[in-house]
Parts: sequence; C-alpha cells; structure tokens
Amino acid sequence: MGFLKRFFRGRAGVQQLPTGTITVDRNGHILSSTVASAYPRPLLLDIGRDVLVLFREARTAQMPLTEISLQFGSLHITARELRGGAVIFLVPQTALHPTPN
Amino acid sequence: MEKRHKILILDDDADWLTLSKEMLAALPSRPEILTANNGKRALSLLESEPVRLLICDLKMPRIDGLQILSIVRRRYPELRTVVLSSLEDEEFRSRAYALGVDLFWIKIEMQRNSKLFIECLESLLGRDDEPGFRGIQSKSLMDIIQMECLSRSSSVLRITRGPLVARLWIQNGELHDAEAEGVRGEPAFRRIISWKSGTFENLPAEPQRERTITKPINALLLESVQDMDEAANPVATDSLEESAHRKTVWKLALLTREGAEFVISIPPEGLGEPEAIGTQNVTQLTAWTRHAAAITRRLGERLEAGPVLQVAGQNMERHVLVLDREDRLFLVGWPSEAGDNLLEKSRKLVASWDS
Repeated sequence: MGFLKRFFRGRAGVQQLPTGTITVDRNGHILSSTVASAYPRPLLLDIGRDVLVLFREARTAQMPLTEISLQFGSLHITARELRGGAVIFLVPQTALHPTPN
Repeated sequence: MEKRHKILILDDDADWLTLSKEMLAALPSRPEILTANNGKRALSLLESEPVRLLICDLKMPRIDGLQILSIVRRRYPELRTVVLSSLEDEEFRSRAYALGVDLFWIKIEMQRNSKLFIECLESLLGRDDEPGFRGIQSKSLMDIIQMECLSRSSSVLRITRGPLVARLWIQNGELHDAEAEGVRGEPAFRRIISWKSGTFENLPAEPQRERTITKPINALLLESVQDMDEAANPVATDSLEESAHRKTVWKLALLTREGAEFVISIPPEGLGEPEAIGTQNVTQLTAWTRHAAAITRRLGERLEAGPVLQVAGQNMERHVLVLDREDRLFLVGWPSEAGDNLLEKSRKLVASWDS
C-alpha cells in the first residue's frame, strides 16, 4: 500500500491539530505524551520549549506563573508548571470540539 | 471572451454539495463550480486552481472549517471566503468573522432567502482585484450611515467594535433607534458615532421597532461632530498637564470600577513608551508581554492553529491576560478573586481605555 502513496501523495500539506497531553522536563525533553505518534515530534518539542520560555521569563519579570493558557483560533494549549518542567494539555477548538464556556 | 470565476464549495455532505453546485452554476456570471468533501482536497484544489471564492462548511470531521479558514487566510489573502453552516451559535459567527471571512450564512437561511444569497455571491465575485476597493475600510461610520440614509434604505446596522456591539435601526432612510452598551436613542447614537473603527453587518429591517429618535440624521451627525471636536480640542485654558492628569484620574477610576489590578498599554518597540496604571514593574512586564505575544504568534503559525485569541497566565495571587490590539498590546492584571469572564471584562476595559 505504501507503494501507491509514493505516487498519490497530496501536494497540499495540512496538519491535523494535536490532541492529548505532554509532559516536558526543565530542559524541554518530552517525558511522556498521549498525542498520536503520527503528529510530528519537532512540533511537540516546539510547544514544550515555548511554554518553558514563557514560564521562565515570567519568573524573571517578577511575575511567577503556575499556569499559562494559549488560545488560538482552533487550538487551546494549557500548561501547568511542574518542578521546572511542565504538563501541557492540547485541546483542538473546532466546530466538533467548541470552546467550553 | 469574458473570464469565468471559479468557486470552490467545501462540505462533507455529498447531497449538499450536489445541491449547491446546481444552484451556484445558475449564477448570472456563470462561474465554474469546484467541489471538495474534505479539507485536504480543498487545499489541493486551491493550490492548483485560481479559485476566486471559497464556500466552506464549519462542522467537518478531521480538519474542520475554522482550521481551513485560518490556513487559507494566510496562504491566499485575496481569496473571498463565505461560511455556510448549519451552526447557529453566535460564537461561531464571531470566530469566523475574526478569521476574516467575507460572509457568514446559516444553511437554512440560505435556502429561505436564496435570491439574496445569490446577490451577495455575485457581489463578492464581481469585486475588483484592486486592494483598495475591497470592503469599506476607508469609510467612517458616519459615511456608512449617510450612505444608508441617502439611499432611503431600510435595514438594521449591527456595528461591532471588539467586544462592544451596537445597533442602528434605519427605516426608509430615517434613523429610528440606536442601542449601545445598554443605552438607547440619541445618547446611544452619540456613543456609537465616536467609535473610530470596527466592523458592521447589514441585517434585515425591523419596521416594528419603536421609534426613539425623531431628529433628522443630518442634524444628529452635525451635533455629534461638534461634540467630538470639543472633546478633541478642549478650551485653551486647559493646560496639557491638566489634561494628562484628568486622563490618568479617569483611567484609574475605570480600573477601580472594573476591579482590575493593573493595565499596561504597550506600543510596538521604538514607537513610544508603555503606559501603565496600577503597577511599578513596567519595564520587565512590558518585555515579557512583547516576547510572549511574539512567541505565541510564531507557535500559532507553525501549528497552523489560527490566530492568537488570548494569552493568559495565573498564580495564587492574580490572573494576567495579554490582549493583542491592532496597534498595541495590553497586559491586564486581575486579582485571583476577580471571578469568571476575565477575557470579556479585559476586552471591555481595553476598549474603554482608548475611547
């Protein structure tokens, strides 16, 4: 089956939104993940790294935060600080999964 | 030979696709109709075909309409977009408009009022390619109201400025009523006319609406212009210092009334100093806010998750929200006991901050 995919691979790439939870340590390494393995790992690492930067810089700005929430048009990311690392929840906000009010 | 525009319809319902295709093929400009039953197929077609208009459903499996719209908005800024959905929830309407769609129609409304729908599509297809002629960005609210009244039309103008929503009832070219922020009549009209920017929708007329405004529209507009002139040019004896002091006191009162802890208004780097009330830690919080907004924007683009709607943080003592306005960022701090709906409260606070 993989043979056919080589010839009929769609030209337009669109990435499904990640769903699940990841845990990262203080260095941004992923310790555990419930996100589908097909989802690109570099993007999960990007999420972890950016979240850690936001926590770290908030501490530097004398405003230590325990939770950060990033709301995009179609994805909600909630991160809780966890001993220097973070546990990060990824919830798509689509018409099938509307924003909780 | 006249160029035929291409319309792409994206919907996971095969019957609906067939129905829509037949209906749109009968448009007076005879456009070529393409169909796709999923987001991937639609994006492939958009890559290979010069599509003029995308008509998109919202509720679809795997990749839904909102995600597709956020992708096409970035990849094809010239593409006209129409949402045609069965979701009547107001939240989806505002989320779709926030993604820059040109029109939002409910499917059942489209079936009931297909003639108007066809006219709207023709209008979208017919618009010129020149960037300056799309929409009415260059017109003030005053111009729009005057145009409505001069054409003797009957309609309801729904005007939105961030979280603030107002309505103007126009009947046969005369202004009958206005409503904004819980106020009706002339005071509401004055409030609305002072808004510098926003969006508007033309809704069907409501002839039964009780009339609260009897003054001619031109008299009202003239009075409003005079009010605004006086506000912009206070009497000569009022020194700049006094004016700045009065402004600060007013903002402090606003902050206290809403129950917020602090607000920092942050211009783009190099374009002025941040303005803060309620905190001394301006420099460090400004740096965090700017970086947080930049990081989040970049992350949203990489994940193809659409525009950033909100960045928020919290600890035991307070909640903070970063709001990205067109010309500046705002960081709003709330005590942890401030309750729910902080996003809405912050938006209102920031909207009043500038007015």
